[in-house]
Formats: sequence, structure tokens, C-alpha cells
Amino acid sequence: MIAEAGLGALWLAAALSLLQLVLGAAGARAGGEALRPLVRPIAIAQGLLAGLAFLFLIWLFLRTDLSVELVARNSHSMKPWLYKFAGAWGNHEGSMLLWVTVLAVAGGAVALFERRLPSATLTATLAAQALIGLGFYAFLLFASNPFNRLSPVPPEGNGLNPLLQDPGLAFHPPTLYFGYVGISIAFSFAVGALVTRDVGPAFARAMRPWVLGAWIFLTLGITAGSYWAYYELGWGGWWFWDPVENASLMPWLAATALLHSVTVLATRDGLRAWTVMLAVVAFSMSMIGTFLVRSGILTSVHAFAVDPRRGAFILVLLLLYIGGALALYALRVGTVKEGSRFDFVSREGALVANNLLLSAALGVVFVGTIYPLAVEAATGEKLSVGPPYFNSAVGPIALLLVVIMAAGPLLRWRRDAARALVGRIALPVLISAAAALAVVLLAPGTRILPFLGLVLALGVAAASVAPLWKRNLRRTPLFTYGMVVAHLGIAVALAGMACESAFTTETLVAASPGQIVSAGPFAVRFEGVEPVAGPNWTAVEARLHATRGGSSYEMRPQARMFSAPPTPTSEAAIETVIDGQLYVALGEADQQGRWQLRLWWKPMVTLIWLGGAMIALGGFLSLLGRLLRERRGAVREALA
Amino acid sequence: MKPKNQRLVLILVALGAMLGAALLAMSAMRAQASFFYAPGDVATKGLPLDRSVRIGGMVRPGSLRRHADGVTIDFVVGDDSNATIRVRYTGITPDLFREGSGVIAEGRFRPDGSFVASEILAKHDENYQPPELGPEGMHKTDRVR
Repeated sequence: MIAEAGLGALWLAAALSLLQLVLGAAGARAGGEALRPLVRPIAIAQGLLAGLAFLFLIWLFLRTDLSVELVARNSHSMKPWLYKFAGAWGNHEGSMLLWVTVLAVAGGAVALFERRLPSATLTATLAAQALIGLGFYAFLLFASNPFNRLSPVPPEGNGLNPLLQDPGLAFHPPTLYFGYVGISIAFSFAVGALVTRDVGPAFARAMRPWVLGAWIFLTLGITAGSYWAYYELGWGGWWFWDPVENASLMPWLAATALLHSVTVLATRDGLRAWTVMLAVVAFSMSMIGTFLVRSGILTSVHAFAVDPRRGAFILVLLLLYIGGALALYALRVGTVKEGSRFDFVSREGALVANNLLLSAALGVVFVGTIYPLAVEAATGEKLSVGPPYFNSAVGPIALLLVVIMAAGPLLRWRRDAARALVGRIALPVLISAAAALAVVLLAPGTRILPFLGLVLALGVAAASVAPLWKRNLRRTPLFTYGMVVAHLGIAVALAGMACESAFTTETLVAASPGQIVSAGPFAVRFEGVEPVAGPNWTAVEARLHATRGGSSYEMRPQARMFSAPPTPTSEAAIETVIDGQLYVALGEADQQGRWQLRLWWKPMVTLIWLGGAMIALGGFLSLLGRLLRERRGAVREALA
Repeated sequence: MKPKNQRLVLILVALGAMLGAALLAMSAMRAQASFFYAPGDVATKGLPLDRSVRIGGMVRPGSLRRHADGVTIDFVVGDDSNATIRVRYTGITPDLFREGSGVIAEGRFRPDGSFVASEILAKHDENYQPPELGPEGMHKTDRVR
């Protein structure tokens, strides 16, 4: 009955989204005022129903109800409960249901909490959100039904891909989706404001918290995904420029640009048309990402099923939504009045530069991701665009972006003097110069990109905190701290990336028990191997004893064999110390009883994810600051 | 500055940035244009000695040989054409690397036509097939990937 209840909830949610669309579209017109109060509760109910359907699916997975096809194909009664729970979205149908749930819940949240938008614009926004939802409900119900029954009921399920059997599965997909799909709110806001011709600072102030919220989740999701790939794949890399990674990076680049341009619109009433465009582009990138990952045109651990019909379905939805939004934009952009002007040397000027560079980076990643697929679709020729392309094309843009990021917050709004900036940025420049000298002296032969990364990171870190210089720290608004923390996070992550790339040392040996191997500053003794077993796997576990100075660490890398489905995986052992990580992967044995060991010493590598977390924290502080200020403003108004 | 001029300058700057990015992308893309080599490609495209490339094909059964150091292996990669590439790799092979199955290797060619791999990307689960090797590994469509 649970499956039927879930399916019923899903159908009902789909019907409500149709109602929401119709009532919303009629209500957004002049003369439709009477309908508007109906749209909010419908959106909230739709969000609740979608959430309910999702909970029913989780319940089915927790019970391992094998009469449901999806559970039988992707779960197993012997699986630990965490992976039964998280396994609900570790497959195509479940992850699409999560997608739709986030979309509906985000729409419901707008209906529940959004109080600043004029009622016509809000109604149009909810109608747009319902329109997106409708397409994806159709996709679920007609092409990817997660609640299909199976007859006869199999005695046991197929199990979950062992690479996904990791606590990361509980965290990475939901956070990523909240960001990825949450950005749909920006898209719907943009469509709503275009429909009601309401693009202006008030619109931007209303949109900003939603963009910020989605962006925080997206940042966390990408950071978590990067760390997961780092420790799970056992290759020691933290970013592979894999198309599925790019699929999450592209919305992030667009959302980051949007976050900055929306500030210009809210504060200075500039960049009106551009901001609306970015809101459309950001969610378009999410949908393109969904298409890439879920259509089966890529083979990766993320692409679960290969079914051309599904790919075609998503592609059609994608073209309709993006094409429709762009057509609306083309029709209405003429009615968007030009915003106020500003000098090039100004905060706005720096933010425009930020937007241009982020867009350029987005374009470069987009081309590198889509071009090989397009060529293959058109000519059948297989093209492989790998890290060399992305590093050499994105690297320079990113470094330039970081320079702008250092200078921008030190500029005044509207107009500033270039000469004044020189004084404010002198100290960070000096720090960079000192860092450059230090790197040249201490680590000659560092390659150009890591070198620049390291040098800029230090200067940018100093410049990031400079906006707090000589200010009354207690009276500085929370969102200024947010900006400082986020920008500092970029510098921290950049430093981590540069150190990892420049100073990683790798040791590869076939070690006999008792042998001592050196890895960076560590001496590692290989004690031997022993068999171990988990709930649904057996493994060979190596015992290693690593020492540096007076401290010692026990490390236990494994080569695992999962029982269902039978798959070997390797579990790296990672020891985090204050200045980096020691990373050990176990290979296979040879006839002489030696075991292959691959050891990396990665100085400062943890800064990459620490920086990512700081960027998200900065976003959170900024969001909190905005909401608090608004609350205070509302109280003041009420008192007056 | 007049509003009209400012808009013009902004548009010009934006176009400049896009052009710069496009040039950057194109130059990087050209270096990658023939990034992937199947064994049969070497005869037609020539040996790329100046840069790092990917090769791919099937590991010839019986060709795998281990060196005494325990971490270096030699093997031969072949495809439908009769051409083959001798590959040397020092490192831990992926879990599903074995004779007779597909493999992608990244590294450099040597003037004698052999290949020194710096990284091996074999399938990373039972169903995964490196994209360059096409759909032959994808018959189990209903399994988790």
C-alpha cells in the first residue's frame, strides 16, 4: 500500500501543480486579483505532497519492499540501514523524485515565506515554478515511475553500487539538489518579474535571499562531492573535470555571478536586464546538468540508467523551458528600464568585471563539456576533452577573477579614484610580492599556475579582511562579515589547490611486511595484511604504522570485495594532520608476497575543502545578516 | 560619460572578454583536438610526441607482464584494426583492470611507438565503460551505474 500511497501523492501533487499554473497565470493578470489568495496554499500543499511521496519512497527502501521494482533493482536486505535510507536517491528514479521534491518544496517555501514581492509578481512566480514542476512530474509519472510494482517478487534485491555505499551518499546529493534545483526560484522570479514588468531594486531585494540560500547549498554540495571523490576513488585527486562535475560547476558559476549582480541591482539599481538574464541562465545550467547526468549520454557513477527515451524527454523539457524563458526575455527586455549609471572605477565596475569573468569561465567550461558531446552526436567521432584543456583555459580566468575579488570590496559604490585604491591595496600587493620571493627562494621550479595561485592566495587573503580595517567591528553589519569570510574562503581554497598541485609527493612501492617506506616527511612501516569483513563486504586490510617526529599514526587501507553486486573497491586510508594529509591506497599482491602501496603526502590539501566550507559559511552569515536587518526594519516600521 | 556611451563601452568590454575567453578556449581545445588515440589512429595521425594524450582499447589477453619491482607492468592494447600499442605503467592498476577488458591510459608516446602511461582509467565498476570505448560495455542497461 505504501507504494500506491506514494504514487497517489505524486499524482495529486502533479494535479495541484497544474491547478497552480492555471490559477497563477490567470491571477497574475490585471483583474485576476481574486484568484491570487488561492495560489499560495496550493503551492504549499503541492510541496507537502511531493515531500510525502518522497518519504514514502524512503520508507519502502528502509523496509526493503522487494515487490517495488526500484527497490528490488537497487537495494538489498543485508545493506546497512544508512544505505537503505540514502539508497532511495542512489538511482535514477529516486534521484529524479528528489529533484522534483526539492522543486516543489522550494516553491512551497516561496509561497509560505515571501512577503516582499507584489502579489501579482508573486503569483506569476508561483505559476512559473508550477510550469517547471509540471514537466518534471510528467517525466516521473510517464518515464521514470519510482513506485512501479514487480511481479513475481524476487527473493532478494540487486544491491547498491558499492562506490555509493558511503556516508557521503546521505549528504552530497540532497545538498547539491537543494542548491541545483533551488536556483529554480531565481528563474521563476525572473519569469514572474518579466511577466508583470516589475524588474527593479525591490525585486532584487526579494530575490537575493533565495539565490543566496540555493548558492550556499550548491557550494556545500560541490565541496562535499569533491571530498567524496577524493577519498572514495583512491586516485588522490580532488577534481577531475568530469562532465558530471562540470554539470554542478556551471550552475555555481552562474549563481555566483547572479549573487553579485543582484547586489548591484538591489543597492544601486544597475544591471537590470543582465541580472534577469543571469537568473534564467543559472537554472538553465541546472537543467542542462540534469540532462547531462540523467539522460545516459555520459557513463559515470552518477548516470544510473541508459534509456534514450528518458534523455529525449529531458531534452525536450529543457528546450521548452530555456527557449520559452529566452523568448519571454527577448519580448520583454525592452520594457526593462535602464538602471542607474556608474563609473568604471567603482564597486559596480568591479562587480561587472566579476560577472564578465565568471561568464567567460562558464562559457569555457560549457564549451569543453558540450563540444565533445555535440561532435560525437553529429559525426560519431569520439573526442576527449580532459584536464589539460580546462586547466589551461579556466586557470587564467580564475586567477584574474581573484585579483578583481581582492580589489572590488575596497572600492566605493558609484565612483572612486583609482589612486585611492592604490593606497588601500598596497599592503596585500606587498604581501603577494613577499610570497612570490619566498616561493622562488624556497621552492624554485614551481610551475606557473600553482605559483601564481599561491602568491595570489596570500595577497587576496589580506585584501579580503581589508574591508574590516579601521571599522567599528561591533557595528559592522553581519553581511559584510559574510562577504569577508566567503572571499577569505576563496583565498584559503586557492592556497590549498596550489599547494596540492605544487608540493604533493607520491611514493609507489611493492612492500614486504616489515619494510619501511618514506612518504614526504613520514616514515611508514608496512606491518602486513589481514582479512576483515563488514556487513556486506570482505576485505584485505593492510596495517601501516606511520611516524613523523615524535608522533605516530596507525593506517588501515583496504581492498574490499562487496557481495551484492560483487564488485571490488579500494578504500584509501587518510591521516589528517595539521599541515596536510597522508593518503595511502592498497594495490594487489605479487607472487613474492609483496603488496603494492601508493602513498601521497599532500601538504595543505585540507584547505581546499575548508575554503569551500568557509565560502558557504560566508553565504550563510550574509543571508542571516540580510534577514535580521529586514526583521529589524519591519519592527521599526511597526513601532513608528 | 553619456549613458549611451557607457552602454557602448560596456558592450565592447563584454565582447572583448568573450572574445578573449573564446580564443583561450580555442587554443586550449586545439592542443586537445587529437587528445585520444586508438591503436589504429597512430598510423593515420602520426605519433604525438610533444604532448600528453589518451589511448584506449582492449588489453590483449596474455600480454600482461609484471616487472621485478612489483609496481611496473607492460601490456599491449589493441582494437579492431590490427594495430597495437605497447604500454608501460608504473602504479596501482584500477580494481577492474584485467586482460581482455577495456582500458584508457593517459601518458606520452615514445619515439619508438611505445607508450608510457602516467594514469590508467579502467572501468571503475562492473558496468562502467570509459566513454571513448563506446557502448559495448553498456548492455546491462537496467543496472546501477
